[in-house]
Amino acid sequence: MLAVMVTAVPPVGRVTLDRPGDGSLLIRLSGTWRLEEGLPSTELVERELGADPPRRIGFDAEGLGTWDSGILTFLVGVSRMGREGGVVVDPSGLPDGLQRLLALAEAVPEKEDARSADGDRRLIALLGERTLHTHYLFWSDIEFVGQVTLAFGRALRGKARFRGTDLALLIQQNGFDALPIVTLVTFLLGLILAFVGAVQLQTFGATIYVADLVGVAMVRDMGALITGIIMAGRSGAAFAAQLGSMKVTQETDAMTTMAISPLEFLVLPRIMALCLMMPFLTLYGDVMGILGGAFVGMTVLDLSAVEYFQQTAAAVSLQDLVGGIFKGSVYGVLVALAGCLRGMQSGKSSSAVGDAATSAVVTGIVAIIVACGMFAFLFYALGL
Amino acid sequence: MEAQPAGEVATPAISVQDLTMAYGDFVLQRDLTFDIGRGDIFVIMGGSGCGKSTLLRHLIGLNEPAQGEIYYGDESFTRADDERREQMIRRVGVLYQSGALWSSMTLAENVGLPLGEFTDLTPPEIREVAALKLALVGLAGFEDYYPSDISGGMQKRAGLARAMALDPDILFFDEPGAGLDPISARLLDDLIVALRDSLGATIVVVTHELASIFAIGTNSVFLDAETRTMIAQGVPSQLYEHAENERVRRFLRRGED
Repeated sequence: MLAVMVTAVPPVGRVTLDRPGDGSLLIRLSGTWRLEEGLPSTELVERELGADPPRRIGFDAEGLGTWDSGILTFLVGVSRMGREGGVVVDPSGLPDGLQRLLALAEAVPEKEDARSADGDRRLIALLGERTLHTHYLFWSDIEFVGQVTLAFGRALRGKARFRGTDLALLIQQNGFDALPIVTLVTFLLGLILAFVGAVQLQTFGATIYVADLVGVAMVRDMGALITGIIMAGRSGAAFAAQLGSMKVTQETDAMTTMAISPLEFLVLPRIMALCLMMPFLTLYGDVMGILGGAFVGMTVLDLSAVEYFQQTAAAVSLQDLVGGIFKGSVYGVLVALAGCLRGMQSGKSSSAVGDAATSAVVTGIVAIIVACGMFAFLFYALGL
Repeated sequence: MEAQPAGEVATPAISVQDLTMAYGDFVLQRDLTFDIGRGDIFVIMGGSGCGKSTLLRHLIGLNEPAQGEIYYGDESFTRADDERREQMIRRVGVLYQSGALWSSMTLAENVGLPLGEFTDLTPPEIREVAALKLALVGLAGFEDYYPSDISGGMQKRAGLARAMALDPDILFFDEPGAGLDPISARLLDDLIVALRDSLGATIVVVTHELASIFAIGTNSVFLDAETRTMIAQGVPSQLYEHAENERVRRFLRRGED
């Protein structure tokens, strides 16, 4: 910038104080003031004001080179001190641009009650807030489940509004499109179960019972459980993110004001899609798990394929299979409910959508595990 | 931010030469050539969908030109390597249409982030500068608020405070008045002029709001959606009187010829 000026002034910004004798304080600013070189301190002025308060503060910017907002923070600081000490601050000695900026910075008085928003965060207040929020969440969760149930009732009577094409698309996205990941994870799970079992059973020379172990474990519980967890990560998070961002862009509001219930239009098809697809995915996962076990049996344990599958077929009953698939379907409903619930509860910012997605996965997995435990008790008590 | 604007003879702040903008095979605008002078409030105007915002994205390097070149001063921005580009873009501030504040950070953190990245200031100093920038846009005392806690107009002003964080030489505004009531839009316009006058910064505004165009524009370019090129250039109030092209006159007179 202006080369002539720059050569004439010292390179770094400096403040010198002067007392012209008429009871005023003259602040001389010189040099180049750049943010990169750090902020100038108002300490010098503060000390001077404390020692011998002048009647007015003036400025002399004769030697001032280029400047940026660094100098402005200094000036705002001086101006504030002047106000607090009852000293008149006269900015007329400053360059025009700086005078205008100073006026602009002080044009809107600081919002007094704004600061207290974060000021007094006591632990007890935080605890209370959290408790109230948890209380609110609990009731809104219950309310949501109730509303969904009512919407289902309307759907059964054919009165719910949603589009068949949406349902079809959701079925594809949350059924067919999930096959690769379900294949990979359940196959590996079967493989892992087989290895774990083989180590124990080999000591008895009863490796053929690996087939029983893998078959029963996959079909009764693990197939549904692991597929549910995959879907919680895949679909639950997606539902929460979709519905959350629809809230951010006010799409859900637009539905409400057209008397289309977002609950029927968005939530119902999602729950239906997962409820319909989870049994198939579970069945598919069961088969893949058994194949994973068979792979270990045939390659590592030297069992023949026929032998392995006959053993599996003998071990697994139809009752086990139906029970497992039923569990899968319940997990599907839980995952979809958790995803939609957290999505509908989402705040209206991008970070809130992220929180909603995280919360949906956590809620979904917790719900699945709790349900799994309850099923275990129930099935045991019923002798299934 | 400089105390004194450079002399009249200086090279333009930005110069666009034969720029063609395209999405794949679809040419949005072609043969754009114009200069943005230092200290100007330069308005990019035109009807909806003519490519105004896309031109802005080209100017700040978010989109690559299909053809032609953009110069910052006398240095090519288009041909600069990544590192040089980063240095050049640091002298630029952008106010996005909806503010684009980072929602997980408070206003002070929003403004302070670039300061923390690109200066050696200590955290208390950063906070002080951030508070100052917020005060400049009339948001003193709102440092600890999150973007979702304040109104749309305030979000825009906070976005402006963030755009000014590093004292840029050039400030870009994408539809500054969009979504604001007339009074807030007017106040924002006044703020833009005040900042230009006191900082000597160059300002580029994309807008189709006539009140704003006439109130603050010192120079402008008009992009036409039909012929897909610029069909007028000059001071908005003069274009209002003497524009040769009928479409430009109709635009500036709200459809009345």
